[in-house]
Amino acid sequence: MHYKSLPYTIFTTCNYIFLGLLGILCIAPLVHILAVSFSGQAAANANLVGLIPIEFTADAWGKTLGNDSFLRSLWNGVLRTILGTLISMFCLVCAAYSLSKEDHEFKGRKFYVAFFVFIMLFNGGLIPTYILVQNLGLINTIWALVLPSAINVFNLILLLNFFRTGVPKTLEEAAFMDGANHFRILLSVYLPISLPAMATIGLFTMVGQWNSWFDGLIYLTDANKYPLSTFLQTIIVQQDFSQMNVNPDEVKNLSERTVKSAQIFIGAIPILMVYPFLQKYFVKGMVLGSVKE
Amino acid sequence: MASNVSIKTDSTVAKKLPTEPIVVKQKWNLKRNWPLHVLMLPAIILALIFNYAPLPGITMAFMDFKPYLGFAESEWAGLDQFRRMIQFEDSRQVIWNTLIIASLKILFHIIIPIVFALLLNEVRKMAFKRTIQTFVYLPHFLSWVILGGIMLDMLSVDGGIVNIMLGKLFGTEPIFFLGDGDWFRFTVIASDVWKDFGFGAVIFLAALSGINPDLYEAATIDGANRWHQVLFITLPSLLPITVVVATLALGNILNAGFDQIFNLYNPLVYEKGDIIDTYVYRMGLLGGEFSFATAVGLFKSIVGMILIVTSYRLAYKFAGYRIF
Repeated sequence: MHYKSLPYTIFTTCNYIFLGLLGILCIAPLVHILAVSFSGQAAANANLVGLIPIEFTADAWGKTLGNDSFLRSLWNGVLRTILGTLISMFCLVCAAYSLSKEDHEFKGRKFYVAFFVFIMLFNGGLIPTYILVQNLGLINTIWALVLPSAINVFNLILLLNFFRTGVPKTLEEAAFMDGANHFRILLSVYLPISLPAMATIGLFTMVGQWNSWFDGLIYLTDANKYPLSTFLQTIIVQQDFSQMNVNPDEVKNLSERTVKSAQIFIGAIPILMVYPFLQKYFVKGMVLGSVKE
Repeated sequence: MASNVSIKTDSTVAKKLPTEPIVVKQKWNLKRNWPLHVLMLPAIILALIFNYAPLPGITMAFMDFKPYLGFAESEWAGLDQFRRMIQFEDSRQVIWNTLIIASLKILFHIIIPIVFALLLNEVRKMAFKRTIQTFVYLPHFLSWVILGGIMLDMLSVDGGIVNIMLGKLFGTEPIFFLGDGDWFRFTVIASDVWKDFGFGAVIFLAALSGINPDLYEAATIDGANRWHQVLFITLPSLLPITVVVATLALGNILNAGFDQIFNLYNPLVYEKGDIIDTYVYRMGLLGGEFSFATAVGLFKSIVGMILIVTSYRLAYKFAGYRIF
């Protein structure tokens, strides 16, 4: 398939240049924000910064990391991500194990499948859900963030397809012969074999929990409990300081362009950290989850 | 001779087999299977509480719900809320905005990833290919809060880097990307495509790598050049997966992207940028119009559900696609 014709060479060259530019376009905004965050205030305010910091200083990062409300929300975000991922993964792995059985092996499976398909298709909507969370007394607690988001049917489907394609049936049968029950098989056969798959879904869940901001905005009334995403939404996007108990000096600090950029970039850091692992697996996961033979 | 014999044995075996498929009678078999039901419990309980328990609350849409009266005391209003929704200038505009923004997003989310996948497929240097992929998948995983914060800074009229660059390159006046209705729609669609085209291309790249290389070889022998091969082999091979993606996307025709719009819009662009989800939030949780907002939300849920069921049926019919 090697072509040396002139038109094809021209096309290839243009193609490489075009794709290269496209790739740069996709990360340029993040690089720009990083550059602004490390630039001097004067340079940032005079709009001189492109993709490289000007008058390099870590001043903005110092101010950001020295700010109590920022640190508190960072901690809240981490806590929410860990707790949410653990709860969600526990529920999904257990359910996916059962649902990975065939209809004839597991009577009642059809009912359970219908139960979960329904919640994928239809939901009560914003206001009935809000009133329910309120009636349960969860407003202003971390549980309002981690419990309603725990059951993600899409992840459930991915997991159960991993279980179906990744674990040889014969292993399971052998374990049964040796007297293991379903709990034991899940723990000693399924989990070790599906570790990479579970890591993938776990990372997806973590990203979802970390990025989630709207639930914090509506279910939390005390801004001290905001996770970082909600904090950033309020401070940077809405520029609403009324909820925050910060003094005027802090407001001035937090709304400087360089400090804002540092806050945004810190919000993206956890994603950047898990991204290499994510990328390794999600292509496989997407294809496996969407194409069923 | 040998083959004749084997055919004979096969047919005799076939005769002995029962003609009807063996039906395994389903049994609860609780002695062995009770753990399976126990394992379902955590997920079932959470779903019952947070996904099923809110459903009765939908009756609010047929009431004139007052929080201080509660469900028992609030008056029934029949279909009044839905009538208001259809008569209100605002809500009609909002439904229209949602349809326009969502359908343009769907269209470009199919075209751009296909073109990108085709171009990337022509790249022979694996290191280059992998680097580009790493870059273009990244924005998909960043939240609209982060991206919204970045865009507010970069697209700002005074001092946003985009307007400065446009001014230097083309000498244009600063553009109100997020303050003018039409530009807002453009910005929303363009940035959404920017965020997700790479991720959307994954499925097409997988389909491209599944094409049998023999086809290209045969075409080369028949004198087809690269362009002919794309036109007569690659594109037709992508058709089935394109049909699936397009049909499934239909279910999203009322999802114009709450996260994105909420983080980018402002009162200046409500007229052209407000969508059903943001409207429900403002009317309901901020404005206290619980019943009206629930009715609008219910309208969206029902239309959405009908579309999803229909599109999955169609995808199954056309391409044999199913998920569970």
